[in-house]
Amino acid sequence: MTDMSNTEPTTPPHSQWYDVWHQFKAHKGAMLGGIVFIVIILGVFIGPWLWPFDASYIDIRSRNQGPSWAHPFGTDQLGRDTMARMMAGGQTSIAVGLTAMMLALGLGSLVGITAGYFKRLDGILMRLTDLFLALPVLPLLLVMMMLFREPLSAAVGPERGIFILIVVAIGITSWMPTARIVRGDVLALKEREFVLAARSIGTSNKNMIARHILPNVLSPIMVSATLGIANAIITESALSFLGLGFPPDFPTWGRLLNDATQYLQDYPERVFWPGLAISLTVLSVNYLGDGLRDALDPRIRGR
Amino acid sequence: MLTFTIRRLILAIPTLLFISLIIFLLLELAPGDPMAQVPLTVPPEVKEKMRQALGLGEPMHVRYWKWLVQFFWIEPQVLFDHYFGTAFSEGKLRVISWQHRSPVMDVVVERLPQTLWVVGLSYIVGILIALPIGIYSAYKQYSIFDQAGTFITMIGYSIPPFFTGPLIIVLFSVQLGWFPFIYDTTHEVTDWDSFVYQLRQMIMPVMVLAMQTTAQISRYMRASMLDNLNQDYVRTARAKGLSEKVVVLVHVLRNSMIPVVTVIALGLPAIFGGAIITEQVFSVNGIGGQLIGAIQANDLPTVQTLTFMFAILIVFFNLIADVLYGILDPRIRYD
Repeated sequence: MTDMSNTEPTTPPHSQWYDVWHQFKAHKGAMLGGIVFIVIILGVFIGPWLWPFDASYIDIRSRNQGPSWAHPFGTDQLGRDTMARMMAGGQTSIAVGLTAMMLALGLGSLVGITAGYFKRLDGILMRLTDLFLALPVLPLLLVMMMLFREPLSAAVGPERGIFILIVVAIGITSWMPTARIVRGDVLALKEREFVLAARSIGTSNKNMIARHILPNVLSPIMVSATLGIANAIITESALSFLGLGFPPDFPTWGRLLNDATQYLQDYPERVFWPGLAISLTVLSVNYLGDGLRDALDPRIRGR
Repeated sequence: MLTFTIRRLILAIPTLLFISLIIFLLLELAPGDPMAQVPLTVPPEVKEKMRQALGLGEPMHVRYWKWLVQFFWIEPQVLFDHYFGTAFSEGKLRVISWQHRSPVMDVVVERLPQTLWVVGLSYIVGILIALPIGIYSAYKQYSIFDQAGTFITMIGYSIPPFFTGPLIIVLFSVQLGWFPFIYDTTHEVTDWDSFVYQLRQMIMPVMVLAMQTTAQISRYMRASMLDNLNQDYVRTARAKGLSEKVVVLVHVLRNSMIPVVTVIALGLPAIFGGAIITEQVFSVNGIGGQLIGAIQANDLPTVQTLTFMFAILIVFFNLIADVLYGILDPRIRYD
């Protein structure tokens, strides 16, 4: 009888996000991926403050060196420190990845929610999505780079112009998967009781989307965000690798890889670092997305 | 089934027109003048004539229509003439490359076999590796093989071909010296030795492209097998005493192949995109290399045609995926 009288819960109540975090922690790959990704971001953005060499400092006397204590990754054909260039390149690559992902996500969520919520627009928006899915993405990106790089560089400066161009080009060619997933979820949500309840007390469409629909489709959006970063980083590197990305003296990981392949026969080890950086970032982000998907899925969570 | 296929075919036409319009408008609205390279000493009226000769003087919709006619009406006629010796296309204007001063399609036809060989072979190799891996890791879920398979496919997914390419060049060509690292397109297979050489030079590009395919398809195969292995019909099949081999490889596999076949057909366009990079890495003289070359030389007709060729390939394989899905899954047909 004594334990019957004790009806107080033994653990304090916790929020939904606590549960999500709890489930996320259990996924070892995702934790590791998250840590690696944070380490890469910190290393790339804080590293240059601590590192003595500048990415564009040319020291012709110490060119083509192998790894040493002064230059852990060696130096390139102009004597620039590879470590510093890797950090500078990473800044650009990750910045492009994050910005392009946000653009694609914003477009995808907008199209997805509009198509799912307003029945009249559904047909036309989904046809548009299908048409965009049938576009040859890489050739089109190459064509866009070729056509718009010089006018844009002239207008807003070479680096910023190409940054805007790459981000916009990747953004408008990769929003379609997000739009499809979000639309599906919105269609299912619209039939739920809480939406009916909200409507019966006279919630306007604007409030309905902002307060009831959007928070509930956040989890698929977050999962496609991680995949979007990976996709954008790979695409940017591919463009730079093909010589149609950033200008030659402006390092990104893809550009460094491209430069390294030109010295493949004499210094094969140079290919390794930028390639490893790209692969590691993408791998960690993919694992992060994997864990996030499990953690945000209430059917799996709590098991 | 026939009406289903025909409906899909008709749906493909507006898609292709939309893509052609996007490509056309992209090239049209881009700032930049094809006459920019002409020296300033050339008088304006001569420049204007050159502009007319290039077909740039007419309004936009007229040029779009002319391009469509050239691509969809005159070029097939040329192909027809080539095979049957007729003369339908005689005297008609074809899409001319600014770079080579010859019809674009002639160059494409020269180069397409290279791409198709490398891409096609790598896709087949990738599928042949992926299917057994997917089947076995689903059958032994959470075993060491499955865990290792998951990890390796995740890596295969994450490492881009422009990194694996140089990496295996360093490993197999520079260090070990097993394979040549430049693809010799002029090489002709005449006897056994030249055949072996052809095989050796194809191994590396095929390997790089196959790796991506393998990672993706084995993932789908595993997921699809897992969905089916717990179904009631599997228990029924076991209960009536069928051998494990028959249950897994006949009953479960056939049902699991339905989504995988679609993924295989839909994945092919992405492989063509990957082929652009792989061709660049291994200097394969295919249409991907041609596209890069044309972009660097500012050769707009070639760029336009090649981008559209990629679009046709994508739409074509989407169509095949749809039809295959309809054949394999009767529920789709009556939608």
